[in-house]
Amino acid sequence: MLYRDAINLALDHAMQVDPRVIILGEDVGFYGGNYKVTDGLFAKYGEKRVIDTPIAENSIVGTAIGMAMMGLRPVAEIMTANFSMLAMDQIVNNMAKLRYMSGGKIALPMVVRMPQGVGRQLAAQHSQSLEHMFASIPGLYVFCSSDATGAYHTTLYAIRLDDPVILLEHVLLYPMDFEFYKVENFDPFKARILREGKDITVVSYLKMVHDVLRACENLEKDGISCEVIELISLRPIDFETIYSSVKKTKRLVVVYEAPKSFGLGAEISARVCEEMFYFLDAPPLRIAGEEVPIPYNRKLELSAIPTQESIYRQMLSWGKGHGL
Amino acid sequence: MSQSLAEKFYFYMKLGRELEIRAKEEYTKGNIGGFLHLDIGQEAVSVGAVFGFGKGDLFCPYREHVLALARGMDPKLIMAELFGKITGVSKGKGGSMHLYEPKLDFYGGNAIVGAHLPHAVGAAYARKYMGEKAGVLAIFGDGATNGGSFFESINLAVVWEVPVLFLCENNFYAIGTRIDRVSAFRDIYLKAKDYMPALQVDGMDVFAVYEAVVNAKKYLEDYGKPYFIEAITYRYEGHSMADKGDYRSPREIETFRKKDPIENLKNKAMQMGWLTPEQIRMMDEKIAQIIEEAVEFALNSPEPDLEELYKDIYCGVCADVIP
Ligand SMILES: Cc1ncc(C[n+]2csc(CCOP(=O)(O)OP(=O)(O)O)c2C)c(N)n1
Repeated sequence: MLYRDAINLALDHAMQVDPRVIILGEDVGFYGGNYKVTDGLFAKYGEKRVIDTPIAENSIVGTAIGMAMMGLRPVAEIMTANFSMLAMDQIVNNMAKLRYMSGGKIALPMVVRMPQGVGRQLAAQHSQSLEHMFASIPGLYVFCSSDATGAYHTTLYAIRLDDPVILLEHVLLYPMDFEFYKVENFDPFKARILREGKDITVVSYLKMVHDVLRACENLEKDGISCEVIELISLRPIDFETIYSSVKKTKRLVVVYEAPKSFGLGAEISARVCEEMFYFLDAPPLRIAGEEVPIPYNRKLELSAIPTQESIYRQMLSWGKGHGL
Repeated sequence: MSQSLAEKFYFYMKLGRELEIRAKEEYTKGNIGGFLHLDIGQEAVSVGAVFGFGKGDLFCPYREHVLALARGMDPKLIMAELFGKITGVSKGKGGSMHLYEPKLDFYGGNAIVGAHLPHAVGAAYARKYMGEKAGVLAIFGDGATNGGSFFESINLAVVWEVPVLFLCENNFYAIGTRIDRVSAFRDIYLKAKDYMPALQVDGMDVFAVYEAVVNAKKYLEDYGKPYFIEAITYRYEGHSMADKGDYRSPREIETFRKKDPIENLKNKAMQMGWLTPEQIRMMDEKIAQIIEEAVEFALNSPEPDLEELYKDIYCGVCADVIP
């Protein structure tokens, strides 16, 4: 099943069983969504439940907050994370804080979905990974997943939660085809171990997971065995799973598409150093984007972010340099 | 009718003013901290609007003590919140700018200028969706009407056909900047006039505000569409306790003080025989007692336990609606 279809299925299911679930965003209705994630829902549920909004990101999130306060369960789509900057006031100052500021009197059962990441030659204003911004805000949950099964369950789980959730998707994942299956008692707060290994713990999320998995297959041929952990929740992070893996492998690599500085890699490797310093056989490695806006030119674009090839090369030489 | 209204208006405007005068005093004693925005001078707008609107959801800015009182919030819970005590309406985590009580359909208290306007529109959408028609009252200052949230919200309210009464308290100043120095329109209601019925009222006259809001409310309920009122008013104090307000001439302040909403109402009510001096004296006494009890309650209430730091961030439960 396509990644986008899995999210569509989750939305459809949620809307079918609960009339309080409504969708809003730019082009989500009549047009079917820019990435076709909401395709067909407008025809099925009508314009009162699948609402086309004007290009006003601040108010897409702001009105969803008002709806959630009154007990609806809105799922707002921001066309891409790049435009979520215009909604940052509502996301950071309101969505994340109203519960706390009201001493627990206000609940916001709402979801804000958005794709992010580097697509194909979309240039700087349409190619960003901003998960660290959302993940740094107490009061939000931030979820994402790398395949159709994960996307389906995470989306449903997010809608069911009585707390505000940011759901991050990746533009390049939408058209990818996956084997799809349903999971009993899916728990987004638990990281997924996608591959077991004994030499290096590799932590990644979203689209990079696939590049990591392929790089690790190649490393296997070089005699390096990697344990690959996929984070579904970026706030909170399932450190327990990371720690117990690092206890076993004694080495940590974090792979992500955003610029290296201030990203999830900084957070995860700092925590591992704080908690597991004496277990480590090597300083943690971050494989991440360059400190540049993403350029238009395809060659430059690809060299600005990790690829299967660059992940493999960096891990191999780092591994060699650290006793493997 | 006017008699019972006069009594109610006087009681809540005076209660609001006395509560704020006392809050100011407690602030200087150090019992209240942070930002404290007083409504003194503007009580007619708050009280007239809340009573004129009746049933429905309220979305307010940070200058909301009197709005909360008029909606029926217990003065003790307000004062305790200002003192940062666990007994406060928001458990001492919100403070002056963040009073919330969903049981009273009172949704803040928002400290980001204009941020609550889309909330009001979304709330009205939700209520209408669920088949209710009471509508939503969104109150904001003149300063909010030059920002994106304002224009986005009036646009959405019209497109979605939702019953929101946009009520602008025009007190001419956004902190220290006179509105006409930064706004292309002097008459703020003109910004909404092409979208919805919009008018201006004397915000120093509680009856004028009340009547305009009653009419607006009827329109919301009959047509399910938005409406706009600009109330001309004035704050005697600075923007907050941090501001002396000396960018305004004494003469300007005096002009508005002469139209004091509480004095006006009192004189009119006595002239018309709606209230006797004795009734007023009794209300004043009762108010003084309420304030005294509120301060005592706040003073004697405990601070939040340190575990409160970590509470109320998430509900942490999953609704069991979707299998
Ligand atoms: C978005 C935003 N910008 C700036 C501020 C700082 N600020 C707080 S109140 C205020 C003035 C608002 O004036 P107005 O809307 O007229 O309301 P009033 O205080 O007069 O009731 C400003 C600039 C803020 N809280 N939010």
